[in-house]
Amino acid sequence: MTATLVLQNIFNGIMLGGLYALIAVGYTMVYGILRLINFAHGDIMMMGIYFAFYAVALLSLPIWLAFIVAILGSALLGFLIDRVAYKPLRNAPRISALITAIGMSFFLESFAVVVFGANYKSFLKVFGEHKEILRKYILIGNARLPVLTILVISITALSLLFLFWIVYKTKIGMAMRAISSDIPTTALMGVNVDMVIGFTFALGSALAAISGIMWAMRYPNFFPYTGFMPGLKAFIAAVFGGIGSIPGAVLGGFLLGMIEILTVSLVPQVMEYKDAFAFVILIIVLLVKPSGLMGQKMIEKV
Amino acid sequence: MGMKKKLSAKANFFLTVIFVIFVIFLLHLANVYMNAYQLKILNLMAIYGIMAVSLNLINGITGIFSLGHAGFILVGAYTAALLTLTPEQKEISFIIEPIIPFLKNLHTNFFFATLAGGVLAAFAAFLVGWPVLRLAGDYLAIASLGFAEVIRILALNLRSVTNGALGLKGIPEYTNTWWAWGWLFVTVLFIGSLVNSSYGRALKAIREDRIAAEEMGINVFKHQLLSFVIGGFFAGISGSLYAHWLTTIDPRITTLGPMLTFYVLIMIVLGGLGSITGSILGAMIFAILFEWFRRFEEPFTFFGIEVPGIKGMRILIISVIFILVMIFWQRGLMGRTELTWNNLYRWIFARRGGEKS
Repeated sequence: MTATLVLQNIFNGIMLGGLYALIAVGYTMVYGILRLINFAHGDIMMMGIYFAFYAVALLSLPIWLAFIVAILGSALLGFLIDRVAYKPLRNAPRISALITAIGMSFFLESFAVVVFGANYKSFLKVFGEHKEILRKYILIGNARLPVLTILVISITALSLLFLFWIVYKTKIGMAMRAISSDIPTTALMGVNVDMVIGFTFALGSALAAISGIMWAMRYPNFFPYTGFMPGLKAFIAAVFGGIGSIPGAVLGGFLLGMIEILTVSLVPQVMEYKDAFAFVILIIVLLVKPSGLMGQKMIEKV
Repeated sequence: MGMKKKLSAKANFFLTVIFVIFVIFLLHLANVYMNAYQLKILNLMAIYGIMAVSLNLINGITGIFSLGHAGFILVGAYTAALLTLTPEQKEISFIIEPIIPFLKNLHTNFFFATLAGGVLAAFAAFLVGWPVLRLAGDYLAIASLGFAEVIRILALNLRSVTNGALGLKGIPEYTNTWWAWGWLFVTVLFIGSLVNSSYGRALKAIREDRIAAEEMGINVFKHQLLSFVIGGFFAGISGSLYAHWLTTIDPRITTLGPMLTFYVLIMIVLGGLGSITGSILGAMIFAILFEWFRRFEEPFTFFGIEVPGIKGMRILIISVIFILVMIFWQRGLMGRTELTWNNLYRWIFARRGGEKS
């Protein structure tokens, strides 16, 4: 592999990894607090794409405003999903909440089929005559660095910085961390637990929407099941990094993205099977180090 | 007083035989009086029934939350279909890449094809179960879903075996009432006896508390793997019946992919996780509702207003029902109880006894 190609692949890997990371932090935050795999998380990302698409196509909003509307809309959707479907099951067996989350994912997908249609749509439409911007690139040596890649990497970095600021520097972030270690005690300290959980869902969903919009800029054709695979892979990234740990999810996301891009470029024959890698990685990680790279070891008790 | 709490084993057996004869009679009547469309739905009920009972053995009775059922159904469906298609059909339909010659000439009747589908699916379940069953809870759910996706991706890309995205067409429509309901009978008989054996009690012990069961000397991994493989076998059987019911199979998400697993999950949740009879009821209700809701995808009138048909509407309605069941009615129709003669007897007479006192 030439140096140019290596550089090119590293750019692509960072970009894909960043997209996974943004989704993965949503999984890990909810899992850290509720021990629930929010199966619908990938579908919230898909809804974010549709929100952005229709904010431009139907409401004719300027692109930047449409994206903000889509991100806020997804945050609200995440909050509502928790309120309607998960909150009534807080004290039910964990498996019930998981089954409900699967039902939620199923609901969002079929909702999208009914309301938006089952066919593929192109996100390029959002950019209209500006769509050339998605194809522009800068030359570094002989490596092509697309403007989009720079954009995605910087927005991912900013979003993650914002997330870390919220979680580690603000009062609500402190409440989130407190809840993830002990819900009843936190409630006794006067924290409105349901509000904080709702906020966590909203925050995770907003990040998923940001990832979704950038995903659609990179892979413009989307349909109601677009969120399924990225959602599963981001979950795997979260497990890889150690579920429950936010830095772990970010690390897991970037590693998974890198591994995918590099494997395909080194062994092009396996291109068709690239979606299968993530699951193989998942199995290996879970068998060798179930707590992930940065997670805490959980002990099962009778 | 002096009322017996249980029926004798002889009475139980006798009632079961009468019931089976009665069902055979009903199925015969259905074959005579129902139209082709109604018969198709009747057969679909039995196919869904096998899918539900086999997933329930894994999820409800052993407590392994597997989401990989569609993968095993897919293996059964492709195996059996490749065996019943004639060499000429296979030759013509494999356009992208020619079929492997060995597979092309392999041909057998429906019964052995179905059995082969079951055996290969059981083998797939063994291969998947070996690593996956070392995990627990939610991790297992995701890993099994992942493996089912891997199986689907294989079916999509092993073009000289599966004909890739085009799938297999022109599969003979062998699945009639007798095959479908006969296999359902075998499934219930086998899994029912398993559940009532010492193996079944061990499986339930694992469901209730894995660690405690291990302390009692139950080899948890071995028992879970057994349950997984048997569940996989019957999933394969149902896959063969399904393929010869559909006549066309392909590896899309919506046909033999995660969507199908979700459907079967809905059936067993609706019927009650852990109840075999509940699973069959859930499967029947699902088959009927799913067909009935088709009307919402065609133009219909709602309080005198013409509403155009909306594609995907029935899946939306089903998913809403599913979420409502999970929130308000978690035990489903049957919970973990079974519809047995003894339970019927107890319900009927316990009530009457209550009135007397």
